[in-house]
Amino acid sequence: MSQLIFERSVTGRRGIRLPDYDCPAVNLDDTQLRSTTPRLASVSEVDVTRHYMALSRQAFGVDNGFYPLGSCTMKHNPKINDHMASLAGFTGIHPTQNLETVEGALELMDGLQRDLCEVTGMDAFTLQPSAGAHGEFTGLLLIRAYHQSRNDTKRTKVIVPDSAHGTNPASANMAGYSVVSIPSNPQGGVDVEALKAVLSDEIAALMLTNPNTLGLFDPNIAQIADLVHQVGGLLYYDGANLNAIMGQVRPGDMGFDVVHLNLHKTFSTPHGGGGPGSGPVGVKGLLMPFLPEGTLIDKTYPKLPKSIGRMRSYFGNFLVNVRAYTYIQSLGGEGLAEASFMAVLNANYLMERLKAHYPVAYPGTCMHEFVLSLQDLKDSTGVRAMDLCKAMLDNGIHPPTMYFPLIVHEALMIEPTETESKETLDDFADMMIGFKEKAISDPDFFKNAPYTTPVKRVDDVLAARKPILKASL
Amino acid sequence: MSDYLLSTPAQTQAMLDTVGKTRETLFDSIPASLKLKRPLNLPKGLSEMEVLAKLSALAAKNKVYATILRGAGAEHHYIPAVVKNFGSREEFVSAYTPYQAEFSQGILQSIFEYQSAICELTGMDGANASVYDGATAAAESIQMVLERTRKTVLIADTVNPQTIATIQTYTQYLDIDIRLVETKNGALDLATLKPLLNETIAGVLVQHPNYWGVLEDVGTLSVDIHAAGAKLIVYGHPLAMTVLKSPRALGADIAVGEAQSLGLSLAYGGPYLGYMATTNDLVRRLPGRIVGQTVDTDGKRAFVLTLQAREQHIRREKATSSLCSNQALCALTASVYVAVMGPQGLTEVAQHGLRRAHYFQKELAKIGFPLAYNQPFFHEFVTTGNFNAIDVEAVLDRHNILSGLPVGEHELLWCVTETTDKATLDRVIAILKEELA
Repeated sequence: MSQLIFERSVTGRRGIRLPDYDCPAVNLDDTQLRSTTPRLASVSEVDVTRHYMALSRQAFGVDNGFYPLGSCTMKHNPKINDHMASLAGFTGIHPTQNLETVEGALELMDGLQRDLCEVTGMDAFTLQPSAGAHGEFTGLLLIRAYHQSRNDTKRTKVIVPDSAHGTNPASANMAGYSVVSIPSNPQGGVDVEALKAVLSDEIAALMLTNPNTLGLFDPNIAQIADLVHQVGGLLYYDGANLNAIMGQVRPGDMGFDVVHLNLHKTFSTPHGGGGPGSGPVGVKGLLMPFLPEGTLIDKTYPKLPKSIGRMRSYFGNFLVNVRAYTYIQSLGGEGLAEASFMAVLNANYLMERLKAHYPVAYPGTCMHEFVLSLQDLKDSTGVRAMDLCKAMLDNGIHPPTMYFPLIVHEALMIEPTETESKETLDDFADMMIGFKEKAISDPDFFKNAPYTTPVKRVDDVLAARKPILKASL
Repeated sequence: MSDYLLSTPAQTQAMLDTVGKTRETLFDSIPASLKLKRPLNLPKGLSEMEVLAKLSALAAKNKVYATILRGAGAEHHYIPAVVKNFGSREEFVSAYTPYQAEFSQGILQSIFEYQSAICELTGMDGANASVYDGATAAAESIQMVLERTRKTVLIADTVNPQTIATIQTYTQYLDIDIRLVETKNGALDLATLKPLLNETIAGVLVQHPNYWGVLEDVGTLSVDIHAAGAKLIVYGHPLAMTVLKSPRALGADIAVGEAQSLGLSLAYGGPYLGYMATTNDLVRRLPGRIVGQTVDTDGKRAFVLTLQAREQHIRREKATSSLCSNQALCALTASVYVAVMGPQGLTEVAQHGLRRAHYFQKELAKIGFPLAYNQPFFHEFVTTGNFNAIDVEAVLDRHNILSGLPVGEHELLWCVTETTDKATLDRVIAILKEELA
């Protein structure tokens, strides 16, 4: 725990100084004026520097170490990407500048859209959505606009598998749809019979992640797509797991009509501690007329009479898109395919090393991630998935995703990514194997972990029961 | 080609052997009929030197104006070096959402401090960890004011048109009625609003200073809005709040807006920073991530993501928002900016804009650009007159100056910040006088 910046404040101390006033004071009406100066920290640049250095020592990014957080694709963020995104020609342009003064930006966005079309097999992309969930909402509005344009108004339901990310049903709700949840089959894929049972002319779409959140490619996808299309529904592809399949198979070729990508996952742009991300949406031709207002088409922003409307201000998270474009230029088509190959190989190798020690929830060849169930360990030792994760912190490893997907008990979802070495994977596997022995001999060790972090386990119940959401100033 | 991979061919082979696969069979779970039977049709990967040359050439095709007199929701401010420094520090940049609190105290604390600063500027009790931008912040706030019998939200037409458009997109399929309130003379007046207030109105959204730069009479409007049982959402400017009354002091129940002006570059429109703050009464209706203070098992102060029962990963289809990220790095950047400027520096930034905008407006009026709305304004204002707005833009463009935004045949929306000094403003006036004569 560090001091808060406000606790470093000394009245009268200053940081950055501004030029002297060179224009006369303005008298606004008293009823409009603040009577007291905001109680913000009065600190020097030295205080600020020491403060944020202290905070940075209590943060952990993929630059610090292994980060196998399932479904989040914590791959290396190449430094050249950030360097390119800091060029004045990109940071210094106003979004309302005339098109002839931003030709470089338009060329870059157009190029990125084309590249994403090729990787996914879609016909057009919009770069406006700013994150995966924003992309999902955009995609569902596109689907809704499509059905409405055909006066097909009885479609009120969206099907979502029980293994889906929570954003899927929430986004469907925001688009005014009710959600039909369907179970997974014993192999972890879509239960085709259960799907058939809920298909009707009331279905607007099926939302699917493939490979799914268990890290498994659903081999029935072509049949699933046909079934949904036969009743007039559309297929939505959650691109969170695209890192598994680049150059191997494309959502567009699987039958999907609309996809969102997470450029902050597959295309290596940094997560920034929670954002900014970028969640471009790709569509087949039938959805193109409905793309958001502010979508670049042929290097211009045409008025789209049937558009779903604007999803945010301007054109999306441009500087994030600059990073993704840089990444694609660096790797090229061959490099993207190789990235997916190594991501899948690393995951399978790690799973192979662990599977004798921890049950894999759905055995078989995985894609870029796999899910272990620690239910047996919990039953025999009392050590939960969470306890094991907390012990990883002491080893300088960011834990995998815990307790997701919801259909696996005591789940640990592990995604090593392609930018990790065999040595790192071996070290992680050795640690996990050692943890199991230790859990049997000394379960309390895990229940009290972590030991070396800046704070011990935090009381999140207290935080929610008596919320303190700001410093007392 | 760059690839960022680590495995040597020998290691790759060893791993393939361990899993009992070959390059050809590793993807066997994908049906052969679906597989892409050709390489991706993308150019060959480039070396870092070649990438740098290519991207630099693209950047050079964009015009970066020496003087920027345009805002409209995206403002040019000075960004201190220390702000850029910490906004690119790897521990912050390369981290995920702080799910593991013990490992992420630095990020959680930076967000908590951001929330605290937003609360202090807006006068509110609680803020979320930020959303994509001001427009989405406003759109997300609409659901917060709805009640069972109140489903209509009134929006002044003096709100940023992109914000209005985003709200309309977000709410189009929900059981909500969004009504635009037409204004006269660039501001919402009580006589226009009052007849529209009744027991079906859930809330009223007002921008202050509004899209045209005009100070709305929010304090007066809020009395009648509350008397009708509706809630007031103020879309405000965080820098202006160092000089103007906070949204809370003006009666707002919710404060939202764009905080790009706090240390973020123009960046062709993004990433930006949407803030959302509210009173204790509504804090559990805030969408998105929220950081709270708590203690660890030793009783030591600690920070954690909190009030998660509101969120999509718990509520799934019952959630009213699917937000599962925030603009953490932008929030951190804004926090560093606020810290290093301090209350004094922030006030001076706002004062420079206020003073220079008024000086510039008076000088413009002298050469044939009268105010379009005779109203008090802050650091943005609209001029009218006989000159064609597009011509004015073209004249200044030739001098590497980005003019006010053309918003009508003769109307320009100007924005003046601390980045344009009086001498430069005088030069702009001289150019216009000479070249438009």
